[in-house]
Amino acid sequence: MRRRAPRGRFGVVNAFSHTFLVGWAVLTTFPLVWALVSSFKDDREILTSAWSLPAKLRFDNWVRAWTEANIGRYFLNTAVVVSGALVLTMLLGAMAAYVLARYTFKFSRTIYFVFVGGMMFPVFLALVPLFFVVKNLGLLSTHLGLILVYTAYSLPFTVFFLTAFFRTLPSEVAEAAMVDGCSHWGLFFRIMLPMARPGLISVGIFNLLGHWNQYVLPIVLMQGQGAERKWVLTQGLTALTINQGYAGDYSALFAGMAIAMLPVLILYLVFQRQVQSGLTAGHLK
Amino acid sequence: MRHGRRLFVFTFLVPPLALYAVFVLSPYLQAFQISLTNWRGLSPTYEYVGPENFTRLLHDHYVWNALKNNAIILVALPIITIVLALFFASMLSVGGQSGKAGVRGVRGAAFYRIVYFFPQVLSVAIIGVLWKEVYAPRSGMLNGFLRGIGLDGLAKPWLGDPDLAFWCVLAVMVWSNVGFYVVLFNAAMQSIPREIYEAALLDGAERGETLRKITVPLLWDTIQVAWVYLAILAIDAFAIVQIITEGGPGNSSDVIGLRLYGDAMNESKFGYASAIGVAMFFLTLSIAVVSLRMTRRDRIEL
Repeated sequence: MRRRAPRGRFGVVNAFSHTFLVGWAVLTTFPLVWALVSSFKDDREILTSAWSLPAKLRFDNWVRAWTEANIGRYFLNTAVVVSGALVLTMLLGAMAAYVLARYTFKFSRTIYFVFVGGMMFPVFLALVPLFFVVKNLGLLSTHLGLILVYTAYSLPFTVFFLTAFFRTLPSEVAEAAMVDGCSHWGLFFRIMLPMARPGLISVGIFNLLGHWNQYVLPIVLMQGQGAERKWVLTQGLTALTINQGYAGDYSALFAGMAIAMLPVLILYLVFQRQVQSGLTAGHLK
Repeated sequence: MRHGRRLFVFTFLVPPLALYAVFVLSPYLQAFQISLTNWRGLSPTYEYVGPENFTRLLHDHYVWNALKNNAIILVALPIITIVLALFFASMLSVGGQSGKAGVRGVRGAAFYRIVYFFPQVLSVAIIGVLWKEVYAPRSGMLNGFLRGIGLDGLAKPWLGDPDLAFWCVLAVMVWSNVGFYVVLFNAAMQSIPREIYEAALLDGAERGETLRKITVPLLWDTIQVAWVYLAILAIDAFAIVQIITEGGPGNSSDVIGLRLYGDAMNESKFGYASAIGVAMFFLTLSIAVVSLRMTRRDRIEL
């Protein structure tokens, strides 16, 4: 006699679990797909029937968003700020973390806690004084100011993460290199930094997305006369909802959203394993 | 070599430390100082007024109205998000057919993990703008769907209704966070041996029971961390509210971060806004401490 696996109970559970899983997947993706589809519609189609498909693929919406609604400019501004801030964060973060992890000196623990303690404070607390610090340095509404501020606020987590990482690297390699006459500088740039690559990639992805998606800092630091030319994508996009609403150019708004969304989603799909581990790294302590 | 070592440590530490001191440490310290002044920003002069800003804070009904909303988010966001995330994560790792091959995840688990994570990589600005359009009364996706399936009566001006706007924003916060915690919990569940589930199921345990009695206790550390992070998010909540509703209609969806931002940036009440910032800091700190205390349990080692 053939024994039957207890399919009954688990079959039901299985159908049940799949329904919920599919349901949430639809709920997650549908708004994104809807925005993408709407970016090809004209204003009349958008306003009259939310769920209809566009009569044709209107790429001119994308062109209009890129040029007339300035999304192109905001995109390039963001690219400049994010690449500058990312390079600076990784360099300064790795330098501080390396020294704090592998050298003992007076106050080294204190300095470590001063850096890491920054993770506990909400950015909100700093907003008012930060505005004036940046203003007094003449860096308000400049890309350099934004790069320096992004970097400074990324240091606590970067130092925390990389210090832990540098501590795990074997010290035999370092000792051997020192015996061979390698300088402290050579040891860092030629041996330790390459060995720390996995850690640098994780925290780099974490910072890349954090900087690209930053919203509160730019809206505080990039305002006033003529600041629009320097805006980043997130603030340009939110301004667009208000302006395009008045102008009635909804198709450019959806196209702008699609332009802002796609690069991040594509980057994520290509590097999804690294992105997921990079972003969850902050939570698994 | 000793001299070289000192120079090396010095040059590696000073640039990051200087940048950090100027843009992070000094603003944080100044915030405490400014919160004790009546600085309005029109003139560089100000007076120390002691705790006056804080007593005014206690009598400001706009602040209390905003805090009430933060309190609701503080309770609702972690509970809903964690329950949903645990439910999905456990289905992904042990919800599959359990036949001869033992307890497995559902088919397509990798696909779900990728898709659920989408909102996490998008900026709060994109999420806010997107959902503002989803909720739009005439052209929005939600009302379009309701009309499409014949429920015209349920189609509403979601963000225009003071009774609904706040809940709409809360829904967006849950929507954008669940996926991240599914991935986080799922990763933590990989370290639980399958045999425990198999043994429990052989002993006649139901799926719900295994979730409650095996998964939750073993994941408790991760759940705790999730709780604290979501609580911090709940006290902030500034960006998403500002973009979707700007606190409206009629302050019905106001939050404390938006109060601070408005007082500082629109009304130049820098002293008062800093006092709100200081209050938020102590609120965040005590909530983190309290939730870690309250959720403390004995650690279970495998």
